[in-house]
Amino acid sequence: MNAKSARESDVSIEFEAVEYSVSGSLRPPLRILQSVSLQIRRGEAVVLLGQSGSGKTTLLKLVNRMLQPTGGEVRVEGISTGQWDAIRLRRSIGYVIQDAGLFPHWTVQQNVLLVPRLENWQADRQARRFGEMMSIVGLDPTSVAGRRPRELSGGQKQRVGVARALAADPPILLMDEPFGALDPVTRAELQREFASLARRLSKTIVFVTHDLREALLLGSRIVLLQAGKVVADAPSAEFLRLDHPEVKAFASSLHPDGDALA
Amino acid sequence: MSAWQFFLGHQREIAHATAEHLVLVLVSMAIAIAIGVPTGMLIVRHRRLQVLALGVASVLQTIPSLALFGLLIPLPFLGGIGKRTAIIALVLYALLPILRNTFVGLTGIDPAVLEAAEAMGMTESQILWRVRLPLSLSVMMAGIRTATVITIGVATIAAAIGAGGLGTFIFRGVAMVSNAAILAGAIPAAILALLADGLLALVERRLRVT
Repeated sequence: MNAKSARESDVSIEFEAVEYSVSGSLRPPLRILQSVSLQIRRGEAVVLLGQSGSGKTTLLKLVNRMLQPTGGEVRVEGISTGQWDAIRLRRSIGYVIQDAGLFPHWTVQQNVLLVPRLENWQADRQARRFGEMMSIVGLDPTSVAGRRPRELSGGQKQRVGVARALAADPPILLMDEPFGALDPVTRAELQREFASLARRLSKTIVFVTHDLREALLLGSRIVLLQAGKVVADAPSAEFLRLDHPEVKAFASSLHPDGDALA
Repeated sequence: MSAWQFFLGHQREIAHATAEHLVLVLVSMAIAIAIGVPTGMLIVRHRRLQVLALGVASVLQTIPSLALFGLLIPLPFLGGIGKRTAIIALVLYALLPILRNTFVGLTGIDPAVLEAAEAMGMTESQILWRVRLPLSLSVMMAGIRTATVITIGVATIAAAIGAGGLGTFIFRGVAMVSNAAILAGAIPAAILALLADGLLALVERRLRVT
């Protein structure tokens, strides 16, 4: 009873013994996630770190029911994603992906206001919201409002992507390598800005990356996945001290000369 | 008699045949679009229908046009001699480019855009009408353009089954061994095709989103 009320008040996203496998007609089923259990508290910024194929994106997509687990349960705000109305669930969760995925036929303003428009917000509320979002992501609303995505730089597109994800003020934000395709300078700039934005927003953030430096900068907690399993889970301040070969493998990526971090 | 003299001597007849030709093309295209575009939209979500619809349209396209007209004549209700049969044949012919381009346009959209649309909570029909459709209009238009040019050409053969149009002059010219008469049908048909192609290419460019 106590545990349950604690869960309802504090836990935003919960994975319980989650399995995800893809069954081919000829091959044996491919197990992408194996008995993953995780609790993500409200306001936490959790980074899912792992190599390609570790299952981190799959885990992310289970949260907004882009995928459904083949075993176990994923709960958002205490309710199993299977029980959520998928549309309602997704409109209350922001989503940012690597290529931004902006709608090329819409202006920046139309892109940013996607969910408010789907939710039929009043026009003046929409307009006000657009201004707020642009100032949050550091764009000048009057100069970009009418532009199409093709007229934006990569960094600007990603800023618009973040603004779109936050426009309806969702309590949860999912980000799948949002800065992965940017040039190093722009990437560093956006990472820094987003780190400070994330602290101010106090949203539950789940952030997928394969870049340990980014994980350390943006996460309050790092969950390391390897071959579909959680192999490490620690506050980012303690992460590098963990004694696990995969942690050490990632840590050595910080120091390409191979010099361990001792 | 030179072609020019023939042309001057038959101006009204040629104008009438051109109008008849245009009506055949416009009616056929309107019906083909009304069938092809919704069918293309329908099969996006149904794998089996995709194979069936695209397969049937492809087979229809491989039938030589004269043979298709011939095959339709003996059919009850649909067939017989005249405009109706011609329009049915032209519709069947125009279907493939329209259907295929609608399908390709709707399915050839940047996966990141579709992922974002779904993940942000758009319903399937919102994705179809507000994302897939506007982003595929120019590809659809390219199919309509191809179909229109084909239809203008094939419609000349419709004269063989008594549907009128510019083909009337061509068949008459062949029968009378008169190059002038053939050209009186062929030149306006070629001009129509070029005009339609150019005009629709402009529309297509206007609809393109990059």
